[in-house]
Amino acid sequence: MTVNDKSPAIEVRGLDKRFGPIHAVRNISFSVNHGEVLGFLGPNGAGKSTTMKMITGFLEPTDGTVLVNGHDVLTDPISVKASIGYLPEGAPAYAEMTVIRFLEFVAEIRGLNGVEKQQRLDKVINQIHLDTVLDQTVDTLSKGFKRRVGVAQALLHDPDVLIMDEPTDGLDPNQKHEVRSLIKEMAENKAIVISTHILEEVDAVCSRAIIIAAGQILFDGTPVELRAQSGLNDYDDAFRTITNRFYSSEGEAGQS
Amino acid sequence: MNKNIKAIFKRELYGYFHTPVAYVFIIIFLFLTGIFSFYLGAFYERGQADLEPFFRFHPWLYLFLIPAIAMRLWSEEMKTGTIELLMTLPISVMDAVLGKYLAAWCFTAIALALTFPMWITVNYLGEPDNTVILASYLGSLLMAGGFLAVGSCISALSKSQVIAFVISVVICFLFILSGFPLVLDFFQGWAPQALVEVISSLSFLTHFDSINKGVIDLRDLIYYLVFISFWLYANVVVIDSRKAH
Repeated sequence: MTVNDKSPAIEVRGLDKRFGPIHAVRNISFSVNHGEVLGFLGPNGAGKSTTMKMITGFLEPTDGTVLVNGHDVLTDPISVKASIGYLPEGAPAYAEMTVIRFLEFVAEIRGLNGVEKQQRLDKVINQIHLDTVLDQTVDTLSKGFKRRVGVAQALLHDPDVLIMDEPTDGLDPNQKHEVRSLIKEMAENKAIVISTHILEEVDAVCSRAIIIAAGQILFDGTPVELRAQSGLNDYDDAFRTITNRFYSSEGEAGQS
Repeated sequence: MNKNIKAIFKRELYGYFHTPVAYVFIIIFLFLTGIFSFYLGAFYERGQADLEPFFRFHPWLYLFLIPAIAMRLWSEEMKTGTIELLMTLPISVMDAVLGKYLAAWCFTAIALALTFPMWITVNYLGEPDNTVILASYLGSLLMAGGFLAVGSCISALSKSQVIAFVISVVICFLFILSGFPLVLDFFQGWAPQALVEVISSLSFLTHFDSINKGVIDLRDLIYYLVFISFWLYANVVVIDSRKAH
């Protein structure tokens, strides 16, 4: 895959999503370059997952466009999907399959075969430490292992763009640390977007943070800039300051 | 068959055989075909060396058994969330629909093939016309394919397998019945004869019966192919439209 380093890996322009009367994502725009790790922060129901689902082509935007490596998700979804590794919310996987069969299935669909397929499988299984559960079926896995299988399937084709919805949710502190190190390792030549509501994660892995609430971008900057929003130089405080400022101004404007 | 369809097909077939569904289905199918042909169909008493009493009940067995196989195809993916994984892999919706459908059809073919002791029995007892039997197997498989296409499409409409099952049974029932006086009499009085004939020609039974007699008419084959294509196309449309929600 040839990648033009000058153009952003992900470009989101005027993205908008309505579910009937619910306006989940409101006209948001941002871009992510290779080498960046973007942390997507926000209260539950802010539109983080919906935005990710639109970037990965699972949901169609009501308005706006998404370009991934220059491919439009609406007109060329297959190219977009081929260049993304995606961990959906909740790390879904086929319950009746063994871990190894599941990963093989994803590898095959990702166009890997023969020696290359075996090498990629070995590499990812090692990276994520899945060797002890390979022959277990997915429905017998603990929450932490299930999440790791989800991360593994997203990495199989060594994607250029990685989108992970709460990659560390349900992991114990050691596992969290491992996944974060892995993300940092890969950050150099990939564009990575992770969503989280753990603010320390921003500090640990992200080179940039976006805070969204009620479907709008409230903040877009580096972790240092985010911390500077708080008088206490603290992420939690900065997050509260930004979101509270937003909600009180919403109240004044009388918007719903 | 492209590599995506093949990968989906393999996974889906694996899914059937790694859950109790496959074994329960095959056992019940073999048991019921046996009961129906020997007791209701009077297989021995007729004293004829053919499998007519065996095939005669297939439409009625399929009416309940095929929607039971098809109901999981999409409903389960939606319920467990794996549909998000599947639909963000670099495959077309058509690939996914075909891969799953063909796996379900292949599974039915395996179940049908396991009725071979019936065929051995009738050959042991007499001298049946084996070309008629072969045609009947083909007709039965095509009919199962038609039911499956309905079931697959309907299962994409709901997360609930039970709802998918019930609606599929009702639709399949209408397609069986459309050749019967029960439905035709309703139209006979007022509708133009041409319309009545169209409705009658949509019936599964009409086409199944003619193949059962050992005559593989091109029109019957076309009927099933068009029927299956129509429902699978509808299936793709249903899955596609989910993206907008």
